[in-house]
Amino acid sequence: MSKFLNATLFYALVFVIVGVSVFPFYYAVITSFKTGTALFEVDYFITKLDFSNYINVLSSPNFMRSVWNSVLIAGSTVGFAMFLAVTASYALARVRFKGRGLLLMCILAVSMFPQIAVLAGLFELIRALGIYNTPWAMILSYTIFTLPFTVWVLTTFMRDLPVEIEEAAIIDGATPWVIITQVFLPLMWPALVTTGLLAFIGAWNEFLFALTFTASESQRTVPVAIALLSGASEFEIPWGVLMAASVIVTVPLIALVLIFQRKIVAGLTAGGVKG
Amino acid sequence: MPSSPPTSMSSRHSLSAQRRCAAMWFLAPMLIALFCVAAWPLLRTIYFSSTNTTLTSLYDGKWIGFDNYLSYRKLSSGRVIWRGTLADPAWWNAVWNTVRFSVVSVALETVLGLIVALVLHQNFKGRGWVRAAVLIPWAIPTIVSARMWGWMLNDQFGIINDILLNLGLIETKIAWTANIETAMLAVLAVDVWKTTPFMALLCLAGLQMIPKDVYEAAKVDGIHPIRVFFKVTLPLIRPALMVAVIFRMLDALRIFDLIYVLTPNSKATKTMSVIARENLIDFDKFAYGSAQSTLLFALIAIFVSAYIWLGKVDLSGEHSK
Amino acid sequence: MAEIELKNLRKSFGGLAVIKGVDLEVRKGEFMVFVGPSGCGKSTLLRLISGLEEISDGDLMFDGVRVNDTIPSKRGIAMVFQSYALYPHMNVMENMAFGLKLAGSTKEEREARVIEAAKMLQIDHLLERKPKELSGGQRQRVAIGRAIVRDPRVFLFDEPLSNLDAALRVQTRLEIAKLHHDMNDVTMIYVTHDQVEAMTLADRICVLRDGLVEQVGTPAELYDTPNSVFVAGFIGAPKMNFLTGENAKPYDCATYGIRAEHIDICALDEAIWTGSAVHAENLGADHYLFVDIGVSEPLVVRQPGKQFTALGTEIGLKPQSEHAHRFDGADRAIRN
Repeated sequence: MSKFLNATLFYALVFVIVGVSVFPFYYAVITSFKTGTALFEVDYFITKLDFSNYINVLSSPNFMRSVWNSVLIAGSTVGFAMFLAVTASYALARVRFKGRGLLLMCILAVSMFPQIAVLAGLFELIRALGIYNTPWAMILSYTIFTLPFTVWVLTTFMRDLPVEIEEAAIIDGATPWVIITQVFLPLMWPALVTTGLLAFIGAWNEFLFALTFTASESQRTVPVAIALLSGASEFEIPWGVLMAASVIVTVPLIALVLIFQRKIVAGLTAGGVKG
Repeated sequence: MPSSPPTSMSSRHSLSAQRRCAAMWFLAPMLIALFCVAAWPLLRTIYFSSTNTTLTSLYDGKWIGFDNYLSYRKLSSGRVIWRGTLADPAWWNAVWNTVRFSVVSVALETVLGLIVALVLHQNFKGRGWVRAAVLIPWAIPTIVSARMWGWMLNDQFGIINDILLNLGLIETKIAWTANIETAMLAVLAVDVWKTTPFMALLCLAGLQMIPKDVYEAAKVDGIHPIRVFFKVTLPLIRPALMVAVIFRMLDALRIFDLIYVLTPNSKATKTMSVIARENLIDFDKFAYGSAQSTLLFALIAIFVSAYIWLGKVDLSGEHSK
Repeated sequence: MAEIELKNLRKSFGGLAVIKGVDLEVRKGEFMVFVGPSGCGKSTLLRLISGLEEISDGDLMFDGVRVNDTIPSKRGIAMVFQSYALYPHMNVMENMAFGLKLAGSTKEEREARVIEAAKMLQIDHLLERKPKELSGGQRQRVAIGRAIVRDPRVFLFDEPLSNLDAALRVQTRLEIAKLHHDMNDVTMIYVTHDQVEAMTLADRICVLRDGLVEQVGTPAELYDTPNSVFVAGFIGAPKMNFLTGENAKPYDCATYGIRAEHIDICALDEAIWTGSAVHAENLGADHYLFVDIGVSEPLVVRQPGKQFTALGTEIGLKPQSEHAHRFDGADRAIRN
């Protein structure tokens, strides 16, 4: 009897967990299919299937532009960070030198900076470089968190590669650069994909820098666009359109996270737990 | 053949010298990049905090020392007026909001995350699906979550009010995000919803590292599952848990996005990051905002140093290899 | 082929001295085996010769040239690792050709050299496969092939048979011995903890203990004339019988050693030692009888042919004194 009760309670708990997790997004999807006065009614299930919100969003040049901006910026900053991080992580993971531990701590420390602390300084730097209100402002400033993150995670992965393969390569005459490019990288590409993906998601979601370093609507990234989406008047928020935009932006992310579930969990825990 | 002098680590052609040289070249670009993007701007912010720079004339600031932090002026009437962010009640309100938010959210996320992890740790049908569902809040961008929940918490048309009214838990519709008493609750709800999956994942990883025979031994000994949890499981995942809690705490202390979008301009939820940016950009009190940014940085730096020093956390893995 | 000289070689890790002053000469073309208990430093010594570890003090000479500061790939060495260390993402051909590719040879040259080595090791039909598609024995042969392709002056083997099962170990051991003959007696240095491997493969054996050389000599020399109790007890299976204290006194030494095959079973009234049979090991061609004569460990006696002695039987033993070994108080052999 108690086993049955335990099982019921357990599955009830599971139901609650799943429900709470999924409901907000589900509700956003429902809302996105409503327009006009339908929005003023509270519905728990899909009553209509009106795609006009989606058409509105997809045909809005500024919104699509912001998607493109986000893709460009996130892709560039992650690519740049990964390129620097691959060689740096080799040095930090495989070469013994004085102060290595301290250096790793410093890099970790940078990722703990509150972003607001560098906002003023970055603002000056970006103005001085003349890249204010361009994607470059974000590509540059995002490095402050993509670089330490990728270095940290890749260092953990590099450490786990077998020593003897590296020694065999050394005997074969491989220089450190050759070891990285021809021996380690082919072995590490799952880790690279995971790290890149996590860093991409982080860069995609960034808000503070994107908000501060852009002035015109055409330069906005997706988070800023969604945050500032407003209607004709200050008080009228186009909830249906907003939800449609949210869904459009979120579905690919959810899909990515679900497909790469295992790898993402491994990447997060490598950085968090093992470290 | 004359005996050679003892070789030292500085031999020019040996393997370790070659590797160290390469390591230097590999690290240099990254370090330069980090300096430019992190160290330099931080120093500039600290510099600005001791000037009277404005947003519009970034290079015309004059040095005013500690004034942005704390200064006092003696009036002709003999009264002393304290100025500066350390004497600013709005600042301390922000500090209190930040601390309040961090402690509560991290505590809730840890407890709930642990519960979810324990559920996911059990072997049951459809576990994969449940795990996928649990990851969804984490996958949704913060801004999107903020607006989604903003819609759900809407006082007029929000579904939360609808549910609560129907369940008889409230009598009138509540303006969750606008009302000073409930704004923090709203923020906490969204943050906990968003971040519990992350904590759950870390806890799960910690749980999965516990060898099964420990539980089997406990089972054979007939120990009650709750005792097993507190006496066996919890101590074994404590290291992983501590790391997770620290990282989350640091994140919570610097929160900006959620509050800016969900409860803008609310005295009850304005955190240090929010108020600093407000001063920096919106009010054009650039130097003042820089001082506040610096204070937040100092707080986090102290927090991190204290933890490392006290816990001697081996984060760099130096001792394991 | 190279002549290798180690002059007062030392290696410390931090404060811990692992190699404490090794002098050794490896002759051109010989098969030298480093053997010793775990922790004796044999692998470290091999790695010092290879260049993977840096020498703390002393000189390492290859053909009269000091190579302390030369990187491994320029020393003319090739190494076979215990865990094969094959590149998992490359197939056998690429694995074996990697070193040549880095040295800048042409594709034809590489292919020719690889195929030649592969034929020698009978793995030429595996060239397209990846390491994970090979058995342990095949992987080891690829690792050896990779070394052969480098055409080195010296081959270094770091316990290459440890990961193989017993039958494969014997087979591969034979192949390595054959390799040494086939390759015009190229110099090989081989590290193992297994004294059987040492005895069967080596031209000369170097017994190491605690970072120092205990003795260097041919297998026969080490077996017949060990310089110390340690070497006497390490080389040869079953282990040499040792008698100390009161039992060694009649022989005017601190420790008296005699091998199992040099003790004869005789009549009780002729016996020097008597005791009861406590254990017997029947290995087919040999029998070993364990006789408890009242000292801490039973004496092991070899009985040729098919003997059966019931346990508990009183046995009389007589040593063949011409084959006995006497050691002084410092565990060094007494030779007069």
